[in-house]
Parts: sequence; C-alpha cells; structure tokens
Amino acid sequence: MNRPAASPERFRHLRASLRLWGETLRALARSPGAVAGGVLFALIIGTSICFQIFYTKDPLAQDLLARLTPPFWQEGGSLAYPLGTDNLGRDVLVRILYGSRVSLMVGFASVLVACGAGIALGLISGYYGGRTDSVIMRVADVFMAYPFMLLTISIIAVLGNSIFNLILVLGLSDWVTYARTIRGSVLSIKEKEFVLAARSVGTRNRVILLRHVFPNVLSPILVLGTVRVANIIIWESGLSFLGMGVPPPMPTWGRMLAEGRVYITDAWWLVTLPGLAIMLTILSINLLGDGLRDALDPRLRNIPG
Amino acid sequence: MPELLTVQNLVKHFPVRRGFLGRRTAVVHAVDDVSFSLGENETLGLVGESGCGKTTTGFSILRLIEPTSGEVCFRGENILSLPPERLRHLRRHMQIVFQDPFGSLNPRLTVERVIEEPLLNHEDLSGAERRIRVQEALVMVGLLPEHMTRFPHEFSGGQRQRICVARALVLRPRLVIGDEPVSALDVSVRAQVLNLMIRLQRQLNLSYLFISHDLAVIRYVSHRVGVMYLGQIVELAATKALYARPLHPYTWALLSAVPVPDPRRARQRIILEGDVPSPMNPPAGCRFHPRCTEVKSICREQAPIMRVVEDNHAVRCHLYEDGEPWNPAPPLHRKPEAGDKQPKGGNA
Repeated sequence: MNRPAASPERFRHLRASLRLWGETLRALARSPGAVAGGVLFALIIGTSICFQIFYTKDPLAQDLLARLTPPFWQEGGSLAYPLGTDNLGRDVLVRILYGSRVSLMVGFASVLVACGAGIALGLISGYYGGRTDSVIMRVADVFMAYPFMLLTISIIAVLGNSIFNLILVLGLSDWVTYARTIRGSVLSIKEKEFVLAARSVGTRNRVILLRHVFPNVLSPILVLGTVRVANIIIWESGLSFLGMGVPPPMPTWGRMLAEGRVYITDAWWLVTLPGLAIMLTILSINLLGDGLRDALDPRLRNIPG
Repeated sequence: MPELLTVQNLVKHFPVRRGFLGRRTAVVHAVDDVSFSLGENETLGLVGESGCGKTTTGFSILRLIEPTSGEVCFRGENILSLPPERLRHLRRHMQIVFQDPFGSLNPRLTVERVIEEPLLNHEDLSGAERRIRVQEALVMVGLLPEHMTRFPHEFSGGQRQRICVARALVLRPRLVIGDEPVSALDVSVRAQVLNLMIRLQRQLNLSYLFISHDLAVIRYVSHRVGVMYLGQIVELAATKALYARPLHPYTWALLSAVPVPDPRRARQRIILEGDVPSPMNPPAGCRFHPRCTEVKSICREQAPIMRVVEDNHAVRCHLYEDGEPWNPAPPLHRKPEAGDKQPKGGNA
C-alpha cells in the first residue's frame, strides 16, 4: 500500500493497535497476582536462556565418586554441586536448567502448533458452518473421544521419539480445545452487526474472517493458551517420566523425576527439586493467565452482545 | 419520481429445525408477500411492532439474508438472481445503517479503518486519496478529521451512529436502508441524527428505506409510509394521508397508541385484544382478524389483498372491498367537540 512517507502518519495503524493493547497491559499491571506471575515467569525464561553465562557445567558429565551428593546446605553437600548430584554423579542444578529449556520450548511450541491448527479450523468451522462445520467438528469429536496418552504413546512409538515429534504430537492432540473455543466465539461474533456491515459494503468472506472475526476471538485464545502451556509442560513431564518424551540423555524435568523416583528415600532432592521447578513455572504461567483473563474481560464486554 | 427500487412479492420463511436429525418442523413466516417501490430521492418508512418483519425485509433487500422468493429490482436489475461477484459490485450503491451503534462497529478497528473499508473494496485509490475521502466523510457527518485515529469505544452512541452513516455514505450510494438507526439513541441525539440524515439525503440525492417502530420518527422523515403487521404490509400511503386518514384498523390502533402531549385533549385509545399471533402459525384469512375491532365473517376465511382505494393509498383490508370506499370513522384525530367531556386523568 502506498502510504504517505511522513513517518508519524505512516505507522498510525500500528500505533493505534499498540494503544489498544496498552490498555490491556495497564489493566494487567493493576493485578498483583499477574504482576507476580509475570515477574516470576520472566525470571524463569531469562534464566533458562542465559544461565550458561554464569553456570557452565556439562549436564551429562558424570562424577561417580560424588554420586548422590546432597545440596550444599545439607551435611555432606558442597558448593561444587549446589543442588547435589544424582545417582550417576551429574549436577542436579545444571540438569534442571537445561531441562527448563526443553520444557518451555516443548510447552510453547506445542501450544503454537495446537493454536495454529485450532484457530484455522475453528474459524472456518464457525464462519462457514454447514457441512464444513459438521465434518470438522466430527473429526474433533473423534480426537476428544480418543484417550490422549494412548494416542501420544502410539504415535511416538511409530514415529520414534524426538523433540520435534513430541511437539507435533502434543500440538495435534490439543487442537480440539482451541478449535471448539474459537468456533464458539466465531458463532457469536459473526452475528454481530459489524460483520453484517462488512458484508453489506461488499467485503469478501476471507477478508471479513481475518479483519473482523479473528481479532475479536483472539482474547479467549490468549487466555486459553497460557493455561495450556502449563498443561503441556505437565504432559511432557509425564511422557518423559514414561520414557516416551524427549529422547535420553537430554535432561528434562519429567525424566529427572522418573530417574530420581528410585532413590526417593535416600536422596529427596532428586525428585523434589525438578518437581519444584515444574510447580513454579506452572504457577507463574497460571497467575499470568488469570490476570490476562481479567484484564481482557472488560474488552470482551466492550464487544456488545 | 423514477423508481430506484421495486420489491415484489418478497417472501422470507425461516425453517424451524428441531430434534437430532434437524427435521423441519415448522416455518416462521417472517416476511410474507411484501411489495413496494421506492423512488429516487424518496424516503419510504416501514413501521410496525417488533417481530413484524421490518428488519427481515430490509436485510432481504440487501441479501444479508437470502429471501425465500420474490423479486427485488434495483435500477431495473433483479438483485436476487445476481451471481455473488456481481452482487458484491452492486453493493456499493446500496448501504445500510444498523440499529445498534455499539454492535455495528468493529471494536478493534480505528474509525479510519472502518470508513475506508468500503473504499478498499470498491475503489482503486492510493492511501493518501483514501485518507482524504475518509476525512471528507467524517466532516460530512459532523465529526472532525482527527477523530480518524480513535477507536469506536471512545465515542458516544450518537457519534458512533454518525460514523456508521459515514461508512454507509463514503461510496456515495443511491439507496440507504436505515434499520432503526435512531432507536438506540436518546431523544436529544435522535433528532440530531435524523436531521443529519435528512440533510444528507438532499445533498447526495439519496433514497432511504427507513425502518422504525417509532411512529413519530417515521412521520418526521418519510414521504410515504408502509405499515407492517405479521410479515405483511397492511397499509401503504403518503405520510400525510396515512396520518390524517388511516384506513386499516391496525393503523388506527397504532396511531391511537401515540401519546398526545396535551392533557386537555380527549383521546380515545383503541386497545387491541390479545397478542400478536405467532408468525409460525399465522391466522387464516386476514392476519389481523383475531384482534380487529371491525372484524367481519369474510375476514376469517379469506385473506384480503392489497388494493388501492384512494390516490396512492393502498390498504389490505376487506372493509374497502366494494367499489366505493367505505367511509371509516376512526376515532382518531377527532377535533374535540363541544360535548366532549374533559378527561378525568387515567386512561384518557
């Protein structure tokens, strides 16, 4: 599009939408829970990206002489292994840190895959209705009816386990939730007068869908997405625990739990610390998601209904 | 006046589906055999109570819902048989202003993006030209060019309705359908928006199909008025004639329900018995007969047809069946006579 070159005018649409999101952010900043969750989550993300600057250990290096060393504050612990070692003498702290990368990446990537598929199918299903809708929704029913774990395990068993397959499988088994949510919102939005108005000024269906319907069904998806990230992290842990997750020897929180389980009576830190990491991550995401839901709500109510 | 729009025998039935297999169990006769025409520069008011099919008629004309049958000719072209792409191009000449100023603007788009949308669809303009058109449209409806960058929630109801008018008029259409465009506004703003629409009609040579349940509003804006009841037009006449000498018993009742802001004036109300029958199962014969004050035996059996009884005054009623117009004495607008007692409050 030929926009005038004058720079403040040029970005006015961008500025306008930033202003709209700015209002949501301000509402978010008013909720102490969301702020706490956001700060904690930012810390977790930051740590998982940058920890190698400060803590350069090999998560796979074994020190069999120092196996099952307790954390430093316990008797027998040392600062060489701040959070102790596991049964093979590997440093627990660095394994948790590396594990955070896997968990967060799998969590977000799967949600993106699920969102992408779910949003596209939900939009089409809800907007066009009729036979398209029936077919998509029946497929969704099949996915819902199939036990998720069984599905994942069988697909992983066939495709082999790699991070990529895991993301794909987790994403594909979760698209139904998004598709249903989106479809519901689309059904109500498409009856709104501004959609009729767009049709009456001769806007094409495709454009209506992207320009009028999609931006107005985004809020519930944003909230749902944050909650699902937490869920996926738990699923990934569960799958890794079962040995169906990320292939060994890459450390993940779930596998650390699985391996540490055997030593739970002698070495509490092997299960407790990765478990704590999972808990804190999920807590922060959930707090953020709750806050986001409340912050977006007045905007939802602003879409008159 | 040359006809811009002619609607003939427009019918819209909504199937009611129930049960697991979605069987058709009933049909809602939302619009049943509606015919009228609209000239250039003319305003036709459609008035009736809620659920009588006014809005469905308006939507069917624009094919925002697909009518069941009938013919809608816009400048001699039957809209109902146009292929989608042709229809899309024709839409630039026919626009609509909706009832709810809060629902008819996308809350996520700035005013500029709302108003430029019709231009994007129908005209090949550069960004700068488009902005100028948007600003012109805003000024035309009495807003400021700098309102362009704001979002709909930053405006009042009346201003939003002005934005809707701007969106409808930015392409310079011939026909604008107003679907209760002022019903959601409070009284002071209502007059402003009505005057705006009347002014723009003169400026831009527009034809309005004005849908409302408000008799005063209809009287104010319309050249001709169609009264609708249960999906049919029961009376169609020039505004003056209709308000001065209504012919259909339903119109009598409607007009008698208008409050008269004069406590000294005697007013006889015609109170209709019962409710509007369900459009799923409209009464046999005349649709109004169960509630009519003048009901005759023929009304129960035979549906009256629309007939012109006076100059440009058509009515769908058996009272006017015989050649000579039956001279009704609707107890309306009667000058207070000497013998009339002053009303003693209450239901005067």
